[in-house]
Amino acid sequence: MAEQRTGSGKARVFGYAGAIAAAVMAGLLSLALPEVLAGGRVLFGIDWAPSLGVSLAFMLDGLSLTFALLITGIGSLIFLYATGYMGDHPRFGRFVLFLFAFMLSMLGVVMARDLITLFVFWELTSVTSYLLIGFDHENAQARRNALQAMLVTAAGGLALLAGFILIGLAGGSFDLAQILTGPGLQDSSYYTPILILVLLGAFTKSAQFPFHFWLPNAMAAPTPVSAYLHSATMVKAGVYLLARLHPVLGDTPAWQGSLTAAGLVTAVMASILALRQTDLKQALAYTTLMALGTITLFLAGSSEYALTAAVTFLIVHSLYKAALFMVVGAIDHGTGSRDVALLGGLRGALPITALAAALAGLSMAGVPPLIGWIGKELLYAGAATISPEPLVILGVLTANALMVAVAGVVALRPFWGARIKTPHIPHEAPWQMWVGPLLLGGLGLVFGLGAGLLQPMIEAMLTTGFGRDHAAELHLWAGFNLPFFLSLATFAMGITLYLMRDRYRRAIADLLARLPGFDPGWDRFLDHFRTFAAWQTRLIQPGRLTAYLTATFVVMVLAIGGALLLRRPVIAIDLSAPLLIWVIAAVTAAGAVLTLGTRSRIAAISGIGTTGIGVTLIFIFFGAPDVATTQLMVETLSAVLFAIAALRLPAIVERRSKSRQLAHAVLAGAVGLTVTLIVLAVTTHPLDRHITSFFEENSYSLAHGLNIVNVILVDFRAFDTFGELTVVFLASVGAYAVLKRRSRKAGP
Amino acid sequence: METVLALLSGFLVAAAVWLMLSGNLLRFLFGLLLLSNAVNIAIFSAGRLTPGTPPFLGDKGALPDAVMANSLPQALLLTAIVIGFGLFAFSLALTIRAYRSFHHLDVDQMRLAEPKEDA
Amino acid sequence: MKSLILLTGARFLVPLFLVFSLYVLLRGHNAPGGGFIGGLIAACGFTLYAFAAGVEAARKALRIDPRTIGILGLICALIGAFASAFTGQEPFAGVWGEVWGYAVSSVLVFDIGVYLAVFGGMLTLIFALEETA
Repeated sequence: MAEQRTGSGKARVFGYAGAIAAAVMAGLLSLALPEVLAGGRVLFGIDWAPSLGVSLAFMLDGLSLTFALLITGIGSLIFLYATGYMGDHPRFGRFVLFLFAFMLSMLGVVMARDLITLFVFWELTSVTSYLLIGFDHENAQARRNALQAMLVTAAGGLALLAGFILIGLAGGSFDLAQILTGPGLQDSSYYTPILILVLLGAFTKSAQFPFHFWLPNAMAAPTPVSAYLHSATMVKAGVYLLARLHPVLGDTPAWQGSLTAAGLVTAVMASILALRQTDLKQALAYTTLMALGTITLFLAGSSEYALTAAVTFLIVHSLYKAALFMVVGAIDHGTGSRDVALLGGLRGALPITALAAALAGLSMAGVPPLIGWIGKELLYAGAATISPEPLVILGVLTANALMVAVAGVVALRPFWGARIKTPHIPHEAPWQMWVGPLLLGGLGLVFGLGAGLLQPMIEAMLTTGFGRDHAAELHLWAGFNLPFFLSLATFAMGITLYLMRDRYRRAIADLLARLPGFDPGWDRFLDHFRTFAAWQTRLIQPGRLTAYLTATFVVMVLAIGGALLLRRPVIAIDLSAPLLIWVIAAVTAAGAVLTLGTRSRIAAISGIGTTGIGVTLIFIFFGAPDVATTQLMVETLSAVLFAIAALRLPAIVERRSKSRQLAHAVLAGAVGLTVTLIVLAVTTHPLDRHITSFFEENSYSLAHGLNIVNVILVDFRAFDTFGELTVVFLASVGAYAVLKRRSRKAGP
Repeated sequence: METVLALLSGFLVAAAVWLMLSGNLLRFLFGLLLLSNAVNIAIFSAGRLTPGTPPFLGDKGALPDAVMANSLPQALLLTAIVIGFGLFAFSLALTIRAYRSFHHLDVDQMRLAEPKEDA
Repeated sequence: MKSLILLTGARFLVPLFLVFSLYVLLRGHNAPGGGFIGGLIAACGFTLYAFAAGVEAARKALRIDPRTIGILGLICALIGAFASAFTGQEPFAGVWGEVWGYAVSSVLVFDIGVYLAVFGGMLTLIFALEETA
């Protein structure tokens, strides 16, 4: 839906800047063309986390350069298109920023040489696409769909990270250039988990069945986003990954089986659903699913025909699909509707858009002499090499026939036939909006007539990307062979389906009504997840201090006590000690007893003070004068603080029941016993004094100090001391703030 | 001698735990102070007890004849005591503040920031 | 709880506390003492004064807000920590020099920072607690 609100339009300059920047990047990238076409790899980058073996490294070979050129080239046209489509949107500047961030992340994905780098960019595309799909953030449906897309793709991304780490373990490196030239991972013991994890990542990103449901919902995005993310780029990231890893993971029954199944089901199902749609954008969304399924299906194969078909169709699809999305946006913009039933005879009002639509639509239908025809011929030639061949050929035939029908609905129907009254009087789109589709549609014609133009690029992809000697040749006319006759069958079926489309839609609608939908399931899943989260939060965090403390102490007793029981360390008990020590210990303990028993605040404070003084005496007796002084000062200050505070706090009341007191006493006894046992176990174990010896020997020579404790504090461990100072000071300031802040409710 | 202090620290910890579990914030603070004292004694004993000889070097850094008290745990304790005091003072401030808002010190009844309980 | 005896005693004792705390601070490198202990002793002295004469009088006697003193202490400690940058050593390494025959070191600067931070932090707390009725 075209945005109704308007802003100043000053932000248009950002749109033009984005278009120019993307075009410049495309230009820079094409500098690498000669070397890549010669079968080389361009490598560049910097070390990122050398200790982890992770680097910010990039690589350009046939595969990544093709993707990079599509991303920047189509990106440039999209920026231009967006400027015409929504340049007066009040948040257009932000939109351009998001779109540019997305473009950079996507470039990062296809150019990353390091698997971890690839993963980071991969997740960045999920995040930026979330921002783009949910750009219309005042719309609850847009927010929900954006979240759905992000959750699905980011969850897949996490699986992918696990898979990458396993690849790193199995292959000994995260460096793609090294992994790709290595022996392959098909025989690794990690192969199966790697395959599952990588496929999870790729299938979620490229919306393969059963993760396809988010893609049609992502059409909540503004049309330029759909044209960009869902034609040439984001959804192709999964396909790129599959192609990239084909040499190291492909060519096994598991790879072929899973890709064939997912690709075939997605392609057929999506094409069946595509013709059912009456919203042009939704129809295109489903045909995108079909294209992704088809490419996945052909990446299952390993013959030159299958792989050539996959990469050729990828380029073909990017060209026509971006163009068609832009055309739909132009129709929406010019008439106020994109419902196929409300559109017709627009060719007079939107002549240039109609021309672009015709070029792109014919390419989509696979009509000669457009590039789509060559792509379709290759699909049939390749299908014959993927087992089970009859099923694959049938599936591709069905999908292609439906594509012909959908192309008729999307690209021809709105422009031809009788003029239908539209919400507002149709007008041609501004120039920014027809340049892109016309150029892309025109390219379809150029590459079709000059079939050899794409050949070197495809050769480079097959040789450096897949390690083949050469690619299958692209011909406009390949003779009277199986693909040719299948193409004729496709047209016949497609035209029939187009003519019968109303009856077809009713039949499919009836069928769908009986099947469970994915979206209600997704919403139910999220609802249950939230309920579960709330339940377990209430369980783990009841908000009661006593409960937390009990849990902490019980775990401490079980874990440490259990470890002591299992390990049974030697414990020597030696009760011989000077009488003075016994007296001091008894006085210290007596202070604690006083605090335990009394209800009087003053008595309790005296008890605490007694304990503190007892501890001070222990420090003095055992040669720690500095510690003793500190302890004495702190005890004094604590007593002062308590004396001030106790006047303002109420008397102590024991609220616990007798049985609860007993239970707490048992727990307390257990914790105390555990601590005694730990200290005994530690003191029985021989002492390693080498750190202390270092301080004793170097205190004077290195730090010019005779008081070793002070030297440790202000010199050897000064950094720690500084941290502690900060903590003490912040605690004071925090307490100050807590006390001085005025109460919201009036105090007593 | 270590055994005596091990028993003492265990006893102090037990007393501290019992006080902290009482549900009264003032007693919780008493428990906190006892606990930090108990742990300090435990760390101190773990570094071994040497009656009498504090860790000071002689003139020009000469090592004394007798074994000195272990300086490392002493340095740790010194900061631990000060930090413990900071923690205690902050808790005390929170307690006073809580009493001003709630007019009682029963921690389990302080649910201003907690979700509503199930009926 | 104003008491004339306490007030008179405090007037006499507080300077003693302060001088003693400085003494403990400065000799701390070679004999018992140091920044932590010195800071605590000084804080105790001012607490006594605040008890005897009231927090307002203690604040006036101190002249500087204890929070400012604490921050100055942290800054001082940082200066001591990064003084080593001038000699090309890593942070927190000790630098020693001699001024007019007296040994001066970055370690001492650091310890003075400790003294001020502890002193300022403690007094911030105690004054705040006392002032909060």
